[in-house]
Amino acid sequence: MSSYSVTEPSAGQKWVAGALVATYALITLLPLIWIFATSFKTPYDAIAYPPKVIFDPTVEGYVNLFTTRTRIPIDQVGNLPPPANFAEQIVRDQGMMITGPSRYGARFLNSIIIGFGSTFLSVFLGTLAAYAFSRFRVPLKDDLMFFILSTRMMPPIAVAIPIFLMFRELGLSDTHLGMILLYTAVNISLAVWLLKGFIDEIPREYEEAALIDGYTRFQAFYKVVLPQAATGIASTAIFCLIFAWNEYAFAVLLTSGTAQTAPPFIPTIIGVGGQDWPAVAAGATLFLIPVLLFTVLLRKHLLRGITFGAVRK
Amino acid sequence: MASIVIRNLRKSFGEFVAVEDSTFTVEDGEFFMLLGPSGCGKTTTLRMIAGLELPSSGQILLDGKDVAQVPASGRDIAFVFQMFALYPHMNVRRNISYPLISQGMPRSEVRRRVDEVARILGIEHILDKHVGGLSSGDRQRVALGRAIVRSPKAFLMDEPLGALDAEFRERMAEELRALHDRMGATTVYVTHDQLEAMQMGDKIVVMNHGVVEQFGVPQDIYDWPATKFVANFIGSPPMNFLGFEGVIGPGSNMVELDGYRIAVPASREGRRGRLTLGVRPEHIRLADASPYRGEVRAVEYLGTTQIVTIATLNGEVKARTSSANKVNSGDIVGLEFDPRTLTVFDDASGRALLSEANAGVLGHG
Repeated sequence: MSSYSVTEPSAGQKWVAGALVATYALITLLPLIWIFATSFKTPYDAIAYPPKVIFDPTVEGYVNLFTTRTRIPIDQVGNLPPPANFAEQIVRDQGMMITGPSRYGARFLNSIIIGFGSTFLSVFLGTLAAYAFSRFRVPLKDDLMFFILSTRMMPPIAVAIPIFLMFRELGLSDTHLGMILLYTAVNISLAVWLLKGFIDEIPREYEEAALIDGYTRFQAFYKVVLPQAATGIASTAIFCLIFAWNEYAFAVLLTSGTAQTAPPFIPTIIGVGGQDWPAVAAGATLFLIPVLLFTVLLRKHLLRGITFGAVRK
Repeated sequence: MASIVIRNLRKSFGEFVAVEDSTFTVEDGEFFMLLGPSGCGKTTTLRMIAGLELPSSGQILLDGKDVAQVPASGRDIAFVFQMFALYPHMNVRRNISYPLISQGMPRSEVRRRVDEVARILGIEHILDKHVGGLSSGDRQRVALGRAIVRSPKAFLMDEPLGALDAEFRERMAEELRALHDRMGATTVYVTHDQLEAMQMGDKIVVMNHGVVEQFGVPQDIYDWPATKFVANFIGSPPMNFLGFEGVIGPGSNMVELDGYRIAVPASREGRRGRLTLGVRPEHIRLADASPYRGEVRAVEYLGTTQIVTIATLNGEVKARTSSANKVNSGDIVGLEFDPRTLTVFDDASGRALLSEANAGVLGHG
């Protein structure tokens, strides 16, 4: 028997607990809510003091985020054809005209390619490495595991200059491949350590049963171990994606054009045509969506992953 | 079904030798027990037969073909794990059909065979259940089902009853033996429980510290142990050991324990030095006439028989006698040993000396 007993909480206790959780959630969510609200404000409302909580929503921020614009030259005022669509109309109302699409879409796509690419690669390599470390007699296993961990013992940015030089020599600067490799290198130690823990928990007998049942080592790994490790793989993938998605310092240093991800791009919006906070907020809001979706899709696994080991018989 | 011949099998993990030079034969259709204390190498031996470990040297002949270096998937052998190792992400039907699927068997045939096996084992009603919620007895049956469904060359079982409750063990042991008799399947069964081994096995190999101590039918191993280890490991209570300093010559049928002459089966070997006389508890008779005497220390009543613990000059012995003979703690009693059943061991090597009686069993050594 345990030394404490669990009793049904009283209505008052439940109320206090609920209020605490709600307060915490509000404090955590407030910046997000503020960014979300700002993305639908006009630039004037965005910097109004006292701050405007109730305002007329507009998609101006989003239109500005996706377009480049210029002030309508004096001699053309009145000579322009009528606006072709609502976006054009919103820009005209600011006394501007659209000159083309912005680079946000391309930067966002870069983030997706690099974030998910490096996550896939980290988890793929991490799973294989973790399986090998977990199951085979690898010479110097403990030393190798420590070596892998040691790559995380200083902040990655501490080696920014060597990496910068290395990338320049190898022609990896400002390439998708370069960024995928870099984020994979940073994430792989986390992936190997996390996944080894998960795979260690899976009894060997399952694979051995599969070997006996006539499957090859790889089939046993693929058909029996992987489904068992799904929880660990999902939670590892989320951690890897969150890092790669949010990474800023290396992205600023190593990308400028082709492979630039969204985080270094979003602040540059500020400089285009005055301080356009709603456009920045719109960029940040959209940027949150993929990680949010990914996490929500895998949340069941994530929760099970966190308690893994505690619930296993 | 197949015979399994193990020749000079050896397995070492770095410095540690798990199995040293094992040799024995499992005949076709035999229920064969690998018996020994934990860490004796019996499980490693079984895993080598299965192909889950590759031997460092030696041969494993499966139906005359050396498979020592063939991986598990290529041996067509079924294995029942102690913890059953049912695939947790599949239901019962899929667990049982898994070895058939790997062979690329058509679906309808898989279905037919799984249904047949389920009927044999009486688990038709749980075929669509997940393995997570099953009782240990049902898990055991599913594990057996997965083993028998593909009619393999042999069954290997690693303490399959070890994870069961006491009440289930008895029943599963009977079911297992009945199943074996019905299918006539070659079975190698690992256990540390000597009663289980004697009860179920056609033949037993007794292992200790990676070495095969003795190999034979249960009765021979019980009656004519090859070493002191076997004599002590088998039987409950185990064989009594009376240690003495003495001599026995070839052809001699007498040993002298501190002046008392005791008749033994005629020896085929001579030895001088520290010797041990081995006698099973049921071969000791309490006889007041006997000059060899001891003091009763304890009496355990077991119904029809009783275990009498007696202190003698050569150490404590336990005698199994009829409960009808009343004895009490503190009594001085005479002991008589059935001369046809005694074994003399050489203390230096721990081996039994060959005699007229045990030569038939141990003689090839």
